[in-house]
Amino acid sequence: MRFVDEYRDAEKARALAAKIAALCEPGRHYKFMEVCGGHTHTIYKHGLEDYLPESISLVHGPGCPVCVLPMGRVDDAIALAEQPDVIMTSFGDMMRVPGGRGSFFDSSAAGTDIRMVYSPLDALKIARQNPDKRVIFMAIGMETTTPSTAMTVLRAAAEGIENFSIFCNHVMIVPAIKAILDSPDLRLDGFIGPGHVSTVIGCRPYEYIPAEYGKPIVTAGFEPLDILQSVYMLLQQLAEGRCEVENQYSRVVPWDGNTVALRAVAEVMELRPYFEWRGLGFISHSALQVREKYAAFDAERLFKLPGVRVADPKACQCGEVLKGVLKPWECKVFGTACTPEMPIGTCMVSSEGACAAYYNFGRFSRQRVREVSIESSRA
Amino acid sequence: MTHQDTTQQQRAGWAEEAVTEHSVAGPNADAGYPTHTPGTEHTGREQLVLERIERARRARPRVREKLITLAHGAGGKATQSLIEAIFLDAFRNPLLEPLEDAAAVTVGDARLAFTTDSYVVSPLFFPGGNIGDLAVNGTVNDLAVSGARPAHLSAGFILEEGFPVEDLRRIVTSMAEAAAAAGVSIVTGDTKVVQRGKADGCYINTAGVGLITDGLNLGVATARPGDVVIVSGPVGDHGITIMLERGELDLDAELVSDTAPVHELVRGLLDAVGPSVRAMRDATRGGVATILNEVAKAAGVAVVVDEDLVPVRPEVRGACELLGIDPLYVACEGRIVAIVDPAAADDAVAALQAHPLGTGATAVGRVAEDPPGLVLLKTGFGGTRIIDLLVGDPLPRIC
Repeated sequence: MRFVDEYRDAEKARALAAKIAALCEPGRHYKFMEVCGGHTHTIYKHGLEDYLPESISLVHGPGCPVCVLPMGRVDDAIALAEQPDVIMTSFGDMMRVPGGRGSFFDSSAAGTDIRMVYSPLDALKIARQNPDKRVIFMAIGMETTTPSTAMTVLRAAAEGIENFSIFCNHVMIVPAIKAILDSPDLRLDGFIGPGHVSTVIGCRPYEYIPAEYGKPIVTAGFEPLDILQSVYMLLQQLAEGRCEVENQYSRVVPWDGNTVALRAVAEVMELRPYFEWRGLGFISHSALQVREKYAAFDAERLFKLPGVRVADPKACQCGEVLKGVLKPWECKVFGTACTPEMPIGTCMVSSEGACAAYYNFGRFSRQRVREVSIESSRA
Repeated sequence: MTHQDTTQQQRAGWAEEAVTEHSVAGPNADAGYPTHTPGTEHTGREQLVLERIERARRARPRVREKLITLAHGAGGKATQSLIEAIFLDAFRNPLLEPLEDAAAVTVGDARLAFTTDSYVVSPLFFPGGNIGDLAVNGTVNDLAVSGARPAHLSAGFILEEGFPVEDLRRIVTSMAEAAAAAGVSIVTGDTKVVQRGKADGCYINTAGVGLITDGLNLGVATARPGDVVIVSGPVGDHGITIMLERGELDLDAELVSDTAPVHELVRGLLDAVGPSVRAMRDATRGGVATILNEVAKAAGVAVVVDEDLVPVRPEVRGACELLGIDPLYVACEGRIVAIVDPAAADDAVAALQAHPLGTGATAVGRVAEDPPGLVLLKTGFGGTRIIDLLVGDPLPRIC
């Protein structure tokens, strides 16, 4: 398949892996954080770690919007779905995210009308088709999906659709990266920057990372070769004593981002003073809310929300996993109390969550499997 | 992280319970748990955790939910828990226990395969077929892959008030044609009509019996290391066809369902290399990946699949890329997976390829000894990963 196969070429991967191994200083250990959950998914789905020398660890970052949604917000969303005549609409990966009282799936089984959509425009279509219902879109996501939510609100306003609103949970990755950099318990050598987010915001917002924190960052695409190449570029920077923002994903990411999309977001939304990230706590100016001008489309203003915080279970170590302090399997409930069928922590829910990716794709001993494949190739 | 939370806090009771249930009792709950030393070599610790997870997975399945959710019907882990914890628990007997596609029962001197399946596909009509031929082929195929010659079927209909008779005629005509093609007769049936809104047009249940004549002992539990895994053609056609036909995705592709009776295809395989065939399954809901997991679990072996060898049509692959689904999980309705002794693998592939439904047949992987219970995929990119049972439901109501 064009535009896919060329980025999954095993031959090229082997060549790149050799160059990566050659760049590693003997005795040095490298820790790179891939910020974005999409990267985590790619890494495990394609078995990319098989190509990396043991001296390089990839640390999985907080860039999975589903994973960082606190349980209390899920409960709020379910409370919205329980209001009379409400149709709640949501992306599919939100359906299994547990709140304090269960997930959208559970709520739907109990009788609420919750429908999966692929785009907020589909939610708007449902609103048009059901004028006697109040249709709410569960808006989640980082900068990648925020513009489509904003555009949908603008279209609803232009068409005068009165029975449509959004429950805005959009968050921003840059403040979260900053929170991680400020966290004392983490030593990182560099970042693999979020590719999809960067298609919207460009690469400039990352300039503070090398400038103020002295860490290199390479914005990367989502195919496995993209990620290998970005690891190589990070190692090159370190080897050459450079520290800057580089763009590996230039086939999609413009340096200055998508100004049209950014304008739409700025028109509809504004910064919240602070927002709770699951596992990371409250982070200042890290999320968006609907502006007063578009209050008619803001479910938070239209409905009364319980707004009760739900504490993470003590055993849940999502925070440490999201900050990259723990590998998924190092969490004490990983794979036993917390599984994809019954996720306690959100990192186990979305396919982009680090724990789900490791559980679904990487839950085996690489060493043992290597021995097995050597044996079978002998046979 | 400068803001303190001042609002009221609650705890998630269900989560606390799950943690308690899995934690080792006693004050030294963490004793033996590998401690975390950042930056250290971790293979040994990781191995301990993996073993603990395997123990948790082997634990008796439970249904914790208070209500049935769509996940219980998706063919993945939740379905498996439901079957084992509710149905098997209540009905337990030696014939049911293997949970094969059909039960092998002895009546007098005859060995019969007996199976049933319900069909709730939406939409009812789709490129390549409709709920009617799907309902016949599905049951014929369950009998065929159990090594039986399909003979007689029943058909039960649950119809919604207001359902067009003309549509019912079309469905029933397709059933008659599919039955004739499969050489089976529909010999008994039932009809119920429910109020408008209490069903979605038309649901069909079929049951079937067939005669087992080869004296073969087929079953996924008989797979052994070295065996070859064969699929009979491109995977995922049916699931993606249904998905596209619903029109929710605004995607178009020249794709038709692969719904077809596989009894002749299977017969060709058994006639050629019968005693070397360990097990066959038709890959429906949950796709090839689910079958391979059943093999790994039932036989206590590993199954290693080579991604580059799995036949997938470009249209299916493209749609799966866009949707973020692995084609290995997508339903087929006319494809079989066969586990075959390595010495007979080439002949088995040739026998399948000799039938029009099997022209795309190919070996995709092998059974291995280690790690038991897991399906591993050698990715096209050159890495290795697990293919687990599906959690959640990418494509509801595909059959």
